[in-house]
Amino acid sequence: MNSKVKNRALSVSLITEDIIISLFSIVLALLVGAIIVFFLGNSPVEAYGALLSGAFGSVRSIAGTLTKTVPLIFTGLAVAIAFRCGLFNIGAEGQLYVGSIAGVIVGLSLPFLPAVILLPLSILSGMSVGFLWGGIPGFLKARFQTHEVIVTVMLNYVAIFLTSYLVNYPFKSDGMVAQTDMLPLAAQLPKLVQKTQLSAGLFIAIAAVFFVYWFLWKTSWGYEIRAVGENPSAAEAGGIGRKKNTFLAMALSGSIASLAGITHVHGIYGRFIEGYSPGFGFTGIAVAVLGRNHPFGVVLSAILFGALDAGALRMDRTTEISSDLVIVIQGLVILFVAAPGIIRSISTRLRGGK
Amino acid sequence: MPIFDVLTWDIVLITFRLAIPITFAAVGGTLSERSGVINIGLEGMMLMGAFGGVLGSFLTGSAWMGLVFAMILGGLAGLVHAVLSVHYKANQVVSGVGINILAAGLTVILVRAIWGKEGMSAQVESLDMVTVPLLNKIPYLGDLFTDQTPLLYLMILVVATAWFVMFKTNIGLRLRALGDHPQAVRTAGISIKKYRFICVILSGVLSGLGGSYLSIVHNNIFVQGMTAGRGFMALAANIFGGWNPAGSFGAGLIFAFAQAIRLNMLEFEIPDQFIQMLPYIVTLLILVLAGRKSRAPESLGAPDE
Amino acid sequence: MDSAIEMRGITKHFGSVTANKSVDFVVKSREIHCLLGENGAGKTTLMKILFGLYQQDEGEILIKGKLAAIASPKDALSRGMGMVHQHFMLVNRMTALENIILGKETGRFLVDYKKARKELGALAKRYRFKIDLDCPVADLSVGEKQRVEIIKTLYRGADILILDEPTAVLTPGEVDELFLTLQELKNQNKTIIFITHKLKETMDIADRITVLRNGEKVAEREKEATNRRELALLMVGREVSFDVKKSAQKPGAKVIEVEGLKLFPHSDKTISFSIAEGEIFGIAGVEGNGQLELEEMMMGMRPIPSDGGSIKLNGVDISQISTKKRKLSGMGYIPSDRHKRAMLHGFSLEENMLLGYHFVQPFVKHGQIQKKSLSKHTAEAVMRYKISTPDTSQLIKYLSGGNQQKLIVSREISRDPVFVLAAQPTRGLDVGAIEFVYELLMELRSEKKAILLISAELSEIMQLSDRIGVLYEGEFMDVKASENFSRGEIGLLMAGSGSEEKANE
Repeated sequence: MNSKVKNRALSVSLITEDIIISLFSIVLALLVGAIIVFFLGNSPVEAYGALLSGAFGSVRSIAGTLTKTVPLIFTGLAVAIAFRCGLFNIGAEGQLYVGSIAGVIVGLSLPFLPAVILLPLSILSGMSVGFLWGGIPGFLKARFQTHEVIVTVMLNYVAIFLTSYLVNYPFKSDGMVAQTDMLPLAAQLPKLVQKTQLSAGLFIAIAAVFFVYWFLWKTSWGYEIRAVGENPSAAEAGGIGRKKNTFLAMALSGSIASLAGITHVHGIYGRFIEGYSPGFGFTGIAVAVLGRNHPFGVVLSAILFGALDAGALRMDRTTEISSDLVIVIQGLVILFVAAPGIIRSISTRLRGGK
Repeated sequence: MPIFDVLTWDIVLITFRLAIPITFAAVGGTLSERSGVINIGLEGMMLMGAFGGVLGSFLTGSAWMGLVFAMILGGLAGLVHAVLSVHYKANQVVSGVGINILAAGLTVILVRAIWGKEGMSAQVESLDMVTVPLLNKIPYLGDLFTDQTPLLYLMILVVATAWFVMFKTNIGLRLRALGDHPQAVRTAGISIKKYRFICVILSGVLSGLGGSYLSIVHNNIFVQGMTAGRGFMALAANIFGGWNPAGSFGAGLIFAFAQAIRLNMLEFEIPDQFIQMLPYIVTLLILVLAGRKSRAPESLGAPDE
Repeated sequence: MDSAIEMRGITKHFGSVTANKSVDFVVKSREIHCLLGENGAGKTTLMKILFGLYQQDEGEILIKGKLAAIASPKDALSRGMGMVHQHFMLVNRMTALENIILGKETGRFLVDYKKARKELGALAKRYRFKIDLDCPVADLSVGEKQRVEIIKTLYRGADILILDEPTAVLTPGEVDELFLTLQELKNQNKTIIFITHKLKETMDIADRITVLRNGEKVAEREKEATNRRELALLMVGREVSFDVKKSAQKPGAKVIEVEGLKLFPHSDKTISFSIAEGEIFGIAGVEGNGQLELEEMMMGMRPIPSDGGSIKLNGVDISQISTKKRKLSGMGYIPSDRHKRAMLHGFSLEENMLLGYHFVQPFVKHGQIQKKSLSKHTAEAVMRYKISTPDTSQLIKYLSGGNQQKLIVSREISRDPVFVLAAQPTRGLDVGAIEFVYELLMELRSEKKAILLISAELSEIMQLSDRIGVLYEGEFMDVKASENFSRGEIGLLMAGSGSEEKANE
């Protein structure tokens, strides 16, 4: 009985350790941010106050935060799925570009279709292209043992230049800007809050979170992916193929990542603009790592990063601090989470100091 | 920038210049990865260097001090990567990504704090061109020594030194062993940690120098995000060059050549994007074709137990 | 003779596992000392402590009579020790010469290849080594690689050489050559520690022998004062004996038929056997004689070449079908390496219960995992087999080894298999869990299942099996009903001596 209680305590303490490290990393990053603000001759309280009210101060600012959160949920989920299979997807950035250009092309090519068909069709086409694009590094890893990190880095640039070509040449709209024509309304996601950019993409994001959770933990396909990520040798002895699941995990990751671009383009701009992503794919890595590669953790950290992004503009306007402070904070968070040893050594030092 | 002439000899000179930032960072990547540490953070280290170059030049009025500042700031970014991934055994990919994000944010904040401007520094003193006496008299080759940036010569020096150290010296022997079989190095009684720290910091220093070319040689100003993916291109060059300083240089030249001929290609109506894409596609092909026989360090990315 | 090394009361824990328990180990100068024991007996751990790769939890080490703190390989090297590791510490892409001088390079800054070649040439001459110094290590044969490792230690001036399972990877010819080398080294005043689990070699090369079992030292013998049979029994014997009630029953139809199975690709030797309903067929033998190969070939994790023999399950050839299909056709599998092959450490008991059965009803319907049915089933297993855990959502890594094994066993028999492969099913378990496994195997036998038992524990094999095959270097030395074997006879066969040798001993 005693050992049972101890076991329980052990498992609980380890689950919460993950959460504690994530929380500590946020606090530490905010602290370092505050120090930077202070040394630049500003009041951290004022800066963070502006940040907070910019992110949550009104319905419109909350809508703004959610707008920024949506793409990060997708890229965070994408990185998390791959990670659960023991793979690192640095390629969400490229995947969201190719996926969204495909969605736009379909939307522009079939303007005569009604919204009930055109919108889902564009989204699904985009996701399929994301699936294939993400599947490339998975296939190469399974077939040739090429490192998925390097392949996805290279594919990011291929995707960026490929979409750049498409919107500069065959699909360029009239005018100076490298962008496509506006999508027909039937291919656009409806706005949720007037005079904001928040679109129905939010619902797709929420659905994706539950889908990924359900898929990974409630289905045998997801089970296979996680088993390969946990212990490939044991998975093999259980009849689970490593190659198949490597491809599947990367491809799924790619299709979820592409939704970040698709919802952005169909929900906010209504067209594909060259280089529109401010690095959603890379921030997604931070989101996933901070969220412990769990869909619900991803949501929370995406909201945090989204709020930082949204609040940054207000802070930028009302204080002397550049909105890029939040990028520094995001960078710091990812560095702290990456090295839990830092948090541990700080906490032992604090305890030792007493 | 001089006007692009159609003359091929000019293309060669332009190629050499464009290769400078990529090559510095690529050799840095080679050092880091040969020691067993994946370095996705080259881009961020380069950006810190670009900023450091302008900062040093601005503070001291000397572009030469800009180079020193570039090396220091790049080296600091390298130190962060070393502390996290070598000392704290963090995931090396995550750490590199974090450095890229951090550098992107930090440089912009500092620009605003120092120059009060949005995403762009003030104009500073840039590094003068140098002509090497005597060598500039050599027929044809002399052009390479006439009115060129000192970083060009430094690049050749760095490549040669790195190659020499890696393949001819005791240190190089240990370095080459480290990325392939760290346990072999440890059982030979050598500290893995020390070597990895030095290599990763050096990769930051070199990337910083590469970044400084963009800000105080090619320009006289720092612009937000001005490295524009050259760090990742350097990573590709390092892979394409087979994790070898000379190979990195060669790959840097090839990638730079692709950029240099862009304007000359206009008449062929090949869209610019395809030329820009080339380095990455070529690197991908090399990776796939090499497959298991890849020259990648065999224990790359595995934290020391 | 004075002692070169004295390890006193060495204890080493890894988490809850005790790898070395108060081991005393003494090596005299200028002798070849064999450290003998099964895999997992704690030999390598003990030597890694000596070489500074691990730190002991208790105990002290004396080198040449002086107390020595060995914090790193550097300390060990400086005290004249050198180790040839089982997995070579060689960089494939560098030449033999570069590998040898790594860490003690010639020349101040530049590698002085000329000087190195001269020094190594002299060394090779002195110890009569033949070696191509400029060949990349990747292109060397295994025997040559090992020679490079030995030269590496000599080049560093080692006079105490530790060789970890040096013959495991060698061909018989290379073994002979190695032994000549070792004799030569001994003649030139080197002390040699030779880690092995092979008895024949031990008797061939050793001056003295220390036997380890389950992390403890069980014996120390002069070579002249012992024989292979005694050593075999010392290595595998287990003091605790369990009372196993084996009911008399007649085996039924043949379930498994293995025909001409080639365990090692570069050997012509093959094994053939069959197992009937209600029969336990035991594989006895010292590990490394093909057990792991057999295990992985049975379950489809190691491919069987087209001319490599066949495995039939109820008359159907299954030797080329996937692991998944084999499990579905009624093969249960208890892997020898629990941690590597049977467990998803960060997963709950329930999810571990699912491994290998994550596509079949009632746990999964239309691809969806049926949590209720799975929980219920897991809870039943927990109750029935007395698995000690707070609940079924506990992560398996927090369970003791015995409880982990209980869960794995219950998973593998939950689908009413016709055949069960139990490989080292009691390795590392406590007494209670061992008893559980024994009872369960007996129960499966009475349920008319065919069972293949692979075990390094001789008493286990003898008590549980109906028939026994003694495996030695990829072939059976003999196959008989277990009551027709004596313990001593099996010990001898395990050591590789045929019946003709029996007369001589």
